[in-house]
Amino acid sequence: MTVTTPPIVATEPSPPAAFWRTQGFPLVPVLILLTIALVAVFADVLAPYDPQIGSLALRYRPPAWQEGGSMAHLLGTDHVGRDVLSRLIFGARVSMIVGITAVLFAGSVGTVLGIVSGYLGGWADQVVMRVTDAWLALPALTFAIFLAAIVGPSELNIIFILGLVYWTRYARVIRGEVLSLKQREFVRLAIVAGCSKRVIMWRHILPNVINSAVVLGTLMLGVVIVTEAALSFLGVGVPPPKPAWGLMMADGKQGLMVGHWWLTVLPGICIMLMVLSANLLGDWLRVKLDPQLRQL
Amino acid sequence: MSSQPLLSLENLSTHYVSQQGARVVRAVDDVTLSLHAGGTLGIVGESGSGKSTLALSILRLLPPAARIVGGRMIFEGENLLDKSDTEMRRVRGKRIAMILQDPMASLNPLFSIGNQVGEPIRVHEGASRASAWERAVALLKSVRIASPETRVSQFPHEMSGGMRQRIVGAIGISCEPRLLIADEPTTSLDLTIQAQYLNLLRDLQREHGLALIFITHNLGIVAKMCDQLAVMYAGQVVEQGPVSRIFSAPAHPYTRALLGSIPRMTDNRQHLTAIEGQPPDLSSLPPGCAFAPRCPMAIARCRVEAPPEVAIDEGRTARCWLAVPGVEATAATMRSNVA
Amino acid sequence: MKNYILRRVGYSLLSLFLLSLTIFLFVRVTGDPTSLLLEPGASPEDIENLRRQFGLDQPLWVQYWRFIESFVTGDLGLSFYYRTPVLDLYFERLPNSLLLAAVAMALSLLIGIPSGVLAAVRVGGFWDNAGKIFTLLGLSLPSFFIGLVLILFFTVYLGWLPSSGSGTAWHLIMPAVTLGWYFAAAHMRLTRSSMLEVLGSEYVKLARLKGLPEALVIGKHAFKNALIPVITLAGINLVVMINVAVVVETVFAWPGIGRLLYEGISFRDFPVVQAVVVIGGCMIILVNLLVDILYALIDPRIRLES
Repeated sequence: MTVTTPPIVATEPSPPAAFWRTQGFPLVPVLILLTIALVAVFADVLAPYDPQIGSLALRYRPPAWQEGGSMAHLLGTDHVGRDVLSRLIFGARVSMIVGITAVLFAGSVGTVLGIVSGYLGGWADQVVMRVTDAWLALPALTFAIFLAAIVGPSELNIIFILGLVYWTRYARVIRGEVLSLKQREFVRLAIVAGCSKRVIMWRHILPNVINSAVVLGTLMLGVVIVTEAALSFLGVGVPPPKPAWGLMMADGKQGLMVGHWWLTVLPGICIMLMVLSANLLGDWLRVKLDPQLRQL
Repeated sequence: MSSQPLLSLENLSTHYVSQQGARVVRAVDDVTLSLHAGGTLGIVGESGSGKSTLALSILRLLPPAARIVGGRMIFEGENLLDKSDTEMRRVRGKRIAMILQDPMASLNPLFSIGNQVGEPIRVHEGASRASAWERAVALLKSVRIASPETRVSQFPHEMSGGMRQRIVGAIGISCEPRLLIADEPTTSLDLTIQAQYLNLLRDLQREHGLALIFITHNLGIVAKMCDQLAVMYAGQVVEQGPVSRIFSAPAHPYTRALLGSIPRMTDNRQHLTAIEGQPPDLSSLPPGCAFAPRCPMAIARCRVEAPPEVAIDEGRTARCWLAVPGVEATAATMRSNVA
Repeated sequence: MKNYILRRVGYSLLSLFLLSLTIFLFVRVTGDPTSLLLEPGASPEDIENLRRQFGLDQPLWVQYWRFIESFVTGDLGLSFYYRTPVLDLYFERLPNSLLLAAVAMALSLLIGIPSGVLAAVRVGGFWDNAGKIFTLLGLSLPSFFIGLVLILFFTVYLGWLPSSGSGTAWHLIMPAVTLGWYFAAAHMRLTRSSMLEVLGSEYVKLARLKGLPEALVIGKHAFKNALIPVITLAGINLVVMINVAVVVETVFAWPGIGRLLYEGISFRDFPVVQAVVVIGGCMIILVNLLVDILYALIDPRIRLES
C-alpha cells in the first residue's frame, strides 16, 4: 500500500550551484561550440565573399528564401552590400579570438592573484581583496566602456579591457578555494617537508585549483562574449569595418525599421547560440569537475 | 483503563526509496505498538534508529522520498492511512499534535507569539482573531510564561530558549489534542530548564488527559516521564513493555546494554552507553538480527534468521532468539561447548 | 554592533578610495589626460590652462588630491558637447533612469517571484524545468538582442509600440521588458533557492504539524521569510539597473543615464563618461553599505557575531 503524503522537506536542499544540474553530457552545446570554432579557423575557405567589401548596388538583399533574395547571397546583404553570411563567418573568428584570449588573460591574472592572496594572507591578501571589492562595485559593462573610452577601440584593447574587468571575479573564487586547500593534509605535509612558499603555491596549490579555473573560464566565456558584443554594439568595441557580431547588429539597427530583420536577428542568434552553449557546457563541467564550487 | 487503545500501530513499515529505486532504507520496519488514552509511551533508540520517522509516519508528514508501505494506524477507532490528505490535515494539530526538538528554529521569526499560538485555534475551530488571541494568552499562562499579556504580542527573538520551547508546547496543546508527540523536546535546553519543562509537560498531561509519546535517547527522562517503553533498533521495536519491568529485567541484549550505564535523572549525558561497533547501515542490513554484529550474546542462528517478536509476559514483547522459549538453553550449552 | 557598522563604513570608504584612485590612475597613466579632458582642436592656451588647473606639473598625489577635492565639491567638469556642468546633465537624466528602473524592477519581481515560488513548491516538476530554461535564457540573452527583436515584432510587424523616445507609458514598455528580463531571471533563481531553504526549515515543519492548509503554510509561513533576501537583492539591483541600462537606453533612445553615457562615448565627451562611471560606482558601494547596516539592525545573529 502506498500513501501519498505532502512533502515536509524538499528532496533537494539545493544550493544555487546545483541549479542547472544537467545530467548527461551536453552534446548539442559542444557541437555548436566546435562548429563555431571550426568556422572561425577556416573562415577564409568557407566565406563566399570578402566580408569587408560590398557593392552598393547589392545593398539590402534579403536572404535567399525570401522574395527578392538570391542564392548568390544566402543570408542577404547589409547596408553597404556586404555578404551577411561571410561577415557572420568572419565574426565567429572575432568572437572566438576575443572571447578565448580575454578569458585566458583574466583567468591567469585572477588565478595568480587569487592564489597569492589566499595562500600568503595578511598584507597581500588585504590589498588584492580590497581592490577586488572596489572594482566589483562597478558594473562590468560600465567599467569596460570607461576603459574603452580612455584607450580607444581596437581588437587588442578590447581583450586587454575585458581581462582587466573580469580578473576580479576569478580572484575572489580562487582565493576561497585556496583558503580551504590550505587546511588540507597535503599542503601541511609540503610545509613540513620544507617546501618554499613558491613551490607550494605553484606545485601543490595551482594544480588543485585548475579545475575551478576551467569551470569558471567556460562560464566566463559567455559573459565575455556578451560584453564584447555590447561594446561593439555601442561603438567602443571592435572597430569597423571588422565583422564583429555586435557591430553587425548596431549597423543593422538602421534597417530594422523598414523590416530588414536579417541584419540584426542573424548575428543575434549567433551570439545567443555561442553564449548558451558556453553556459550549458560550463554548468555541466561544474557539476562534473567541481561540485564544491559554490560561487558564481 | 479502557480496553480500546487510543492509538495502535499494527505492522507499520515506512521505507525511504532513492530516486532510482535502487536503495531501500527500512526506516520503520514492522512496528506494532499501542498506547491508551492518558498513557505515556517512551520511544528510545540511537539516532538513525527510525524513531523520528515513526513519529512523522503517525502524522503522515514524511519527506517525499519516504513511503508508508504497509500496516495500519488505528487512532480513536479510525485507520489514519485511510484518510484523505484534507482529513489528515484536520487531525494534525487538532487531535494529534507534535513538538519538535529545536525551539530556536521552530517559531517563525516574522510573526508574533500570539499569532502563532492562536493559529491552530483559528484554523481548526474557526475562532475569530480576537478570541484566538485571548486563548493564546491563556495558553501562555498555562505553560507558565510570566506576564503573558505582554509576551503574547512579542516576537520569537525576544524570548529565551526555554520560553520558546514552552511556547511550542503551548502550540501543541492549543486545540486540546488527545495525543501529543514530543520529539526530543529538551535536547537543546539547559539542565534546570529541562527539568522544569518536563514537569510542565507532566502537569499538562494530567490536566488535559493527554496521551504522550516521548521520543528520546535519554533513559533518565523515560524513567521519570513514561509508563510504557519501546526500544528501537534499526527501524524495529526490539523490546517493549512497562517501564518498571523493562528496567528491572531487560529481555533484549540491546536494552540491557542501554541500561548498562543508565544515566540518573539528574545526569545530563546525552549519549547512551558505549556499545561496541557502529549502528548498522539501514540500506544494507545483515541477513539475521540487525543487532547481531554488535551483540555480545549472539548465537549462530542470530546471524542467519531474523528473530520474531515474542511475548515475554503480559504486555511485554522482545525480538530476540534468546527470549524464545527453549533457545536460551541451547545457546548456553553451545557457549559452554565453545568454552 | 557599533563596531560592526564602523568597520563596514571603513571598508566602504576604503572601496571608494580605491575606486577613485583606480579611475584617476587610468586617466593619468594611460596617456595624456589633456587629450581626454580637452576637446579636439583646443588652443595651446587652453591646454596650458588645463595643465595648471589639474596641476599636471605637480607630483601625482597632489593631482589626486585635487581630483578628489573637485569631486567632493560637486565639480565634475563641463561637458564638451552640451557646454553645461556634467552634474546638471546627470541630474536632468536621473529621473528618467529611475522611472525606467522602477518599472523594470516591478516587472522583474512580478515575473521572478511567482515563478520562483512555483518552481520551489514543485521541485523537479514541469514548472521547475520551465523556470530553469527561462533563467538560462534570461542570463544568456544579450539585452540588445532582446530589445531589437521586440522592436521588430511590436513596432515593425505589429505597429503597436513606439520604437524609441519617451513621453508616454507606451514608450516605457519595451525598454522596461528588455531591462527587466535579465533581472527577472536573477530574481527567480534567488526566490527559488530561498524558498527551498525556508521550506526545509523547522518552523515550516511546525506549521504543517499544526494542520494548516498548504496554502497558508506556503503563503504565510514560507513565502514571507523567503522574500527577505529577494527584496534585499532587488534593492541593490534597483541601483544596479540605473547603471547598466546603457545598452537598453541606447536601443530605445531612452533619455536616461545610460543614454548619457552612450552620448559621452559617441561625442568623445570624456568628462561625462568619467562622471557617470564614478557616480555609478559610489552609488553601488553606498547601497551595499546601507543593506549591510539594515541587516545588522534587523538580524540579531549578525549583531552577535561582531
